[in-house]
Amino acid sequence: MGFWGFLEGLDRRWIFLTMGILVLVPLIWPIALPLMVTPPVRGFVEAIDALPEGSTVLMACDYDPGAIPELVPMTRTAFRHLLERDMKVVVTVLWNGGPGLVDGVLHEVAQEFPDKAYGVDYINLGYKSGNEAVMVLMGQGVANAFPRDYRGQDSRTYPIMQRVSDYSSFPLLVSLSAGYPGTKEWVQQVNTRFNLPMVAGVTAVSAPEYYPYLQSGQLGGLLGGMAGAAEYEKARNEADSATKGMDAQSLGHLFVALCIILGNLVQWSRSRRPGE
Amino acid sequence: MKRELPLFMTAVIGLFMIVSFFVPHQWVSVPADFLQASAIIVVAFGYVLGGANVLRVNLDAIGKRERDWPYKVVLLVSLIATVAIGAVEGRGFLNPGMKSRWIYDQLYAPMSATMFALLAFFIASAAFRAFRIRTVEAALLAVAALLVMLGRVPVGNLMTGFLPEWAQLGSVQDWIMNWPQNAAKRAILIGAALGVMATGLRVILGIERSFLGGED
Repeated sequence: MGFWGFLEGLDRRWIFLTMGILVLVPLIWPIALPLMVTPPVRGFVEAIDALPEGSTVLMACDYDPGAIPELVPMTRTAFRHLLERDMKVVVTVLWNGGPGLVDGVLHEVAQEFPDKAYGVDYINLGYKSGNEAVMVLMGQGVANAFPRDYRGQDSRTYPIMQRVSDYSSFPLLVSLSAGYPGTKEWVQQVNTRFNLPMVAGVTAVSAPEYYPYLQSGQLGGLLGGMAGAAEYEKARNEADSATKGMDAQSLGHLFVALCIILGNLVQWSRSRRPGE
Repeated sequence: MKRELPLFMTAVIGLFMIVSFFVPHQWVSVPADFLQASAIIVVAFGYVLGGANVLRVNLDAIGKRERDWPYKVVLLVSLIATVAIGAVEGRGFLNPGMKSRWIYDQLYAPMSATMFALLAFFIASAAFRAFRIRTVEAALLAVAALLVMLGRVPVGNLMTGFLPEWAQLGSVQDWIMNWPQNAAKRAILIGAALGVMATGLRVILGIERSFLGGED
């Protein structure tokens, strides 16, 4: 049995083990591969930087724990970016598995800003079922769609909500989404209908879906997956979990590419054998 | 009447919601807002219905000792415990320090993330065993996949750093995403949108009746 025969009979648990090692090792000992900030990420950063200080921004965090490695770093950096620029941030969640996760991230970042207060500088309106119907209803009044915040208090009683009526109160929507309902629905229901400029951060697997919206200008910027999150951190001179995770993802991608090539070479060598 | 009335209501409300998109007058917008709010409430009831259905299906399977029935017991115990604890804790049940928050942080979030993380292993295994290049189309797909996969991560540019910038994997990946991929995606989006419009019209006109359920 030669090399190709060995690969042909390879137990898939060796592939699992190799992948595990390739992901784990760079997380423990980072390689710090060089990152480049691409135009879609630059667009995301510039869209936020172009806002007047003190603006109120709507941040839609539509994901659940499955998207933690990709979307939590984006949420963290975007929220930090907005607070640093003295923006007021209104957060909504349309995924039922997301509110606790998003609240934890907001709480963690807000602790870096002792002068920022919940209800004054930012608010988490929590989860609302209804998908696109909620998006459209928010156009008639954000507090109509979210009468209570994540903590169960009347949302109208918070100072930040005195500044918010409907979508006209926001100069920008930051959509961070892992699928449906998410960025696509925000573009279709809100960006087009209420003329609200948007930027988005999405999972890598869904990023190709949003390139038409990026090219048409409906999205001012796009963060695609952990790579997008890492580039965003680089653009902001931060080195958080996405930057650290990129080494692991790089080696993971390299391994999958190697698996595709080797798998086909095995197939090719088998087809050349007599009798096959 | 059993079928005609729902079809009539669907047609009237469907047409009214289309009109409300173009007419901002309060005679149209106020009822439209009411219908939107009603839709949200109906969706919320859907969760109750879904929960009841999970109970019914799994209790039935446990009663009949069907295959993997112990897992269904775990599912039902988890479901009932989570709902009961949340109901007892009341409003603010997901605030820090609450038991429901503990369940979310320590059980739901790690398990959900684990399920997604397992994909990395299965994708690697599938890439080795199932991604076979047998046709020209499959070869094009594989080449594009390899270029994008490596071009999206820093290691791609590191591997091709000695080449001119336009030939580096990052630039090639950008070109694939911006042109061939975008053209195909746009065609799919336009096709899907036309399909949605056609389906919507079929529902409004009463041609598509499968949403009523039962025999047609």
